[in-house]
Amino acid sequence: MVAANTTQPLSITLRVWRQADARQPGKFVEYQAKDLSPNMSFLEMLDVVNDQLTGKGEDPIAFAHDCREGICGTCSCTINGKPHGPGKGVATCQIYMRAFRDGDVVTVEPFRAAAFPVVKDLITDRSAFDKIQSAGGFITVRAGSAPEANGMPVPKPDADLAMDAATCIGCGACVAACKNASAMLFVAAKVSHLGLMPQGQAERDRRVLAMVGTMDELGFGNCTNYYECSAACPKLISHDFIARMNRDFLTASFRTSFKPESAGASGGAA
Amino acid sequence: MATLESKTPSGPLADKWRKHKADIKLVNPANKRKYEVIVVGAGLAGASAASSLADLGYKVKCFVFHDSPRRAHSIAAQGGINAAKNYQNDGDSVYRLFYDTIKGGDYRSREANVHRLAEVSVNIIDQCVAQGVPFAREYGGLLANRSFGGAQVSRTFYARGQTGQQLLLGAYSALMRTAGAGTVDLRTQKEMLDLVVVDGQAKGVIVRDLVTGALERHAADAVVLATGGYGNVFNLSTYARGSNATAIWRAYKRGACFANPCYTQIHPTCIPVSGDYQSKLTLMSESLRNDGRIWVPKKKEDRLKDPSTIADADRDYFLERMYPAFGNLCPRDIASRAAKRVCDEGRGVGPSGLGVYLDFSDAISRLGANGVRERYGNLFDIYHEITAESAYEQPMRIFPAVHYTMGGLWVDYNLMSNIPGLFVLGEANFSDHGANRLGASALMQGLADGYFVIPYTIGDYLATQKPGSRPSADGAQFKAAEEAIRTMTKRFVDNQGREPVSHFHKRLGKLMWEFCGMARTKAGLETALQKIPELREEFWANVRVPGSAETLNQSLEQAGRVADFLELGELMCRDALTREESCGGHFREEHQHPDGECKRNDDGFGHVAAWEYRGEGQTPQRNVEALNYEFVKMSVRNYK
Ligand SMILES: Cc1cc2nc3c(=O)[nH]c(=O)nc-3n(C[C@H](O)[C@H](O)[C@H](O)COP(=O)(O)OP(=O)(O)OC[C@H]3O[C@@H](n4cnc5c(N)ncnc54)[C@H](O)[C@@H]3O)c2cc1C
Ligand code: SF4
Ligand code: FES
Repeated sequence: MVAANTTQPLSITLRVWRQADARQPGKFVEYQAKDLSPNMSFLEMLDVVNDQLTGKGEDPIAFAHDCREGICGTCSCTINGKPHGPGKGVATCQIYMRAFRDGDVVTVEPFRAAAFPVVKDLITDRSAFDKIQSAGGFITVRAGSAPEANGMPVPKPDADLAMDAATCIGCGACVAACKNASAMLFVAAKVSHLGLMPQGQAERDRRVLAMVGTMDELGFGNCTNYYECSAACPKLISHDFIARMNRDFLTASFRTSFKPESAGASGGAA
Repeated sequence: MATLESKTPSGPLADKWRKHKADIKLVNPANKRKYEVIVVGAGLAGASAASSLADLGYKVKCFVFHDSPRRAHSIAAQGGINAAKNYQNDGDSVYRLFYDTIKGGDYRSREANVHRLAEVSVNIIDQCVAQGVPFAREYGGLLANRSFGGAQVSRTFYARGQTGQQLLLGAYSALMRTAGAGTVDLRTQKEMLDLVVVDGQAKGVIVRDLVTGALERHAADAVVLATGGYGNVFNLSTYARGSNATAIWRAYKRGACFANPCYTQIHPTCIPVSGDYQSKLTLMSESLRNDGRIWVPKKKEDRLKDPSTIADADRDYFLERMYPAFGNLCPRDIASRAAKRVCDEGRGVGPSGLGVYLDFSDAISRLGANGVRERYGNLFDIYHEITAESAYEQPMRIFPAVHYTMGGLWVDYNLMSNIPGLFVLGEANFSDHGANRLGASALMQGLADGYFVIPYTIGDYLATQKPGSRPSADGAQFKAAEEAIRTMTKRFVDNQGREPVSHFHKRLGKLMWEFCGMARTKAGLETALQKIPELREEFWANVRVPGSAETLNQSLEQAGRVADFLELGELMCRDALTREESCGGHFREEHQHPDGECKRNDDGFGHVAAWEYRGEGQTPQRNVEALNYEFVKMSVRNYK
């Protein structure tokens, strides 16, 4: 049973970032959210506030969400200064009102980063992540050309570690948490996932160079090893993957720069 | 009246697909780039289709309403994907997967389609592994399997409890590769609001840019819809909040037949509703039924007692009791109705009385808490997050919730609807699951459709279209369709109603759950058929959509979707009312065996009902495609 003390309703004051669109300045606006069930999710609380605003003919707060179970990576609020709010290893949609106390003042902002411009209110444009993926976050294999799946055993520890990295939901909290707005954790997660699998070897060098290069071009900052990213990550992706990617990057840089001319000309190096 | 020709190839079951592939028309490589294909949706079905068609050389334009294709609802699938690899040496085969799926669907799907699905299932696993999908592995490095409901073999491949995520990220990586190469023109945050039909053929779409509000016209040689299921008609469901029926519903209103709309899957293991504010229901994967035991107290009085104080002898492990052969692993429709029955008897647990226990104490004593954590850790975490309860220490409480829609747009064997040039893939079509889908088969179907079926079958249509014959997006049909959407949007934002969209969605959901949910009756459905049009009228008179249509406006997006649900819900009830039998997920109380099992009527209803739109205010036409069972005998499903 849900403990009895968690059924007391609570009321909070919200300070929400309102911004009509990318071109206009934004500001914080206060709202009262009253008599909330502690078992209500944070986004359900915003739903209720929005329905009240709508009833008054006011513009509801735009916020991004979809699955509401921590897997799609859409939700993206910074709550009281923390990307995804007060929980550990959860996304915004997995925050429940029981995390707050009656009378709290709760500040809600979009994820802040130069590479994630605000679209409206709490919604940002994170398409930069798709561009990084496009640059190299894949293994090239046409449908129909794949070999028999069990033809290539993958040691369980490698598969498990690859899976740890692959759980990234592409939310961007790592970027928002980083004082340099670096996307290293996101990129490292994808590079490591594919680089740890035997299938990923053929494009390993090309991948890491292309993804890191694109990340830099898109205006994400550098990593200066504060590891705020892992702490904010809803999937608790380890910053060890960043070190792994740095090694991969160096190796790839060496290997490609020492490649004889002819190999490149025959389509070997990118 | 629409003609429903299934185009099922002749010949022995196991040869049909091979023969069909050899027989259908091809488009030569040089011509492929002259054809433009619009793919709407980039979940498993859409992303796999778009990238595969692009790799073949077609020009592909792909639209999604999400801000990235990686956010499609497929991402949330937990448990796994079936394939007839027989890696466990436990007697699996293509035929057995075919048979289990036909039987699981309660003999309401097409034999040939299902056999093809089972055949290509093995290629899907190869494809996904080659893409780097980190499936679970054994210590020897080979792929691991688990078992799922409705099967007596272990054929389900999985990636922890995040199989859909990993498969989607695989398909997404292929899509982003083709987008990066310029062979797919990917447009995110564009919502398809209408299908454009020119001279009887699907030739384009109208989309709204969700950021700027601008309407756009796009023409193509063929249109592929892979827009997912419509379970959010119930408001509360395990679907993502954004999942909607708009694309297929508007295609229906342009003439595409809607098949078996009443076939809805109610999943037995979801977290119960906790309050009126609730926005979604969270699934606890069916894989939990491998090790969890489902029970309620034998005595009503024990309903609110601490479960640990209820002796084993006072517990009713009702699935094990009623279905000894399959036990906790019986198919979803059966497990859900059994749970409903014990709750109706007053033995449901939790504050609302709408819940049953899913208990892991046996598994924990057998495998240890760590063994259980290894298998289901993330699901236990999700449960804890939502309920603040630990399933390691006390049983989970679960209750059935709407989870999947077997119905969808009617398609032939080529996955083409009755509108030539309109193809429908994944959950959006009706094709393979009959009246009930088995667990781990939706992911399989989505990827089968996208990677292995549409790349062949679309050619059969395109080869009949002259290269370069695609109409201009400035044509009259396109302009008229755009204008109609503009009028609808204007009507919403100009309406000075008082209630938010959610108000109507909630009310519709309650009606649907009560009258068109787990158990349906004639009287109930008739009530719903009266109430839904009333609610719809009220919606149009009293809905409030603040803000303008020329910006990002989430209320406006929701309004359009709910307007469609308010029409679709009525069609579902009409279909359920007409189908005077019980089969799979469609349970009519009037038609049951003495033990409460579904009583089918094969002579009267051994067919697909494909509804055809006949204009506003008109009763739609019910067309029928007979299901000819040549290879399997339609028999009574028995999981006892
Ligand atoms: C919680 C949960 C768990 C599940 N677990 C399993 C499982 O373990 N195994 C299994 O086999 N199945 C499972 N399923 C079912 C399975 O996930 C879905 O049936 C399947 O993923 C649907 O894929 P899809 O590609 O057809 O559609 P979706 O993934 O829903 O994709 C729809 C796409 O269409 C786009 N779209 C929709 N409408 C429009 C529009 N109007 N304009 C533009 N774009 C549009 C969206 O942006 C999206 O890209 C589960 C389902 C749920 C809800
Ligand atoms: S690494 Fe973590 S925080 Fe960054 S995008 Fe992935 S899931 Fe989000
Ligand atoms: S809404 Fe999907 S992760 Fe939060």
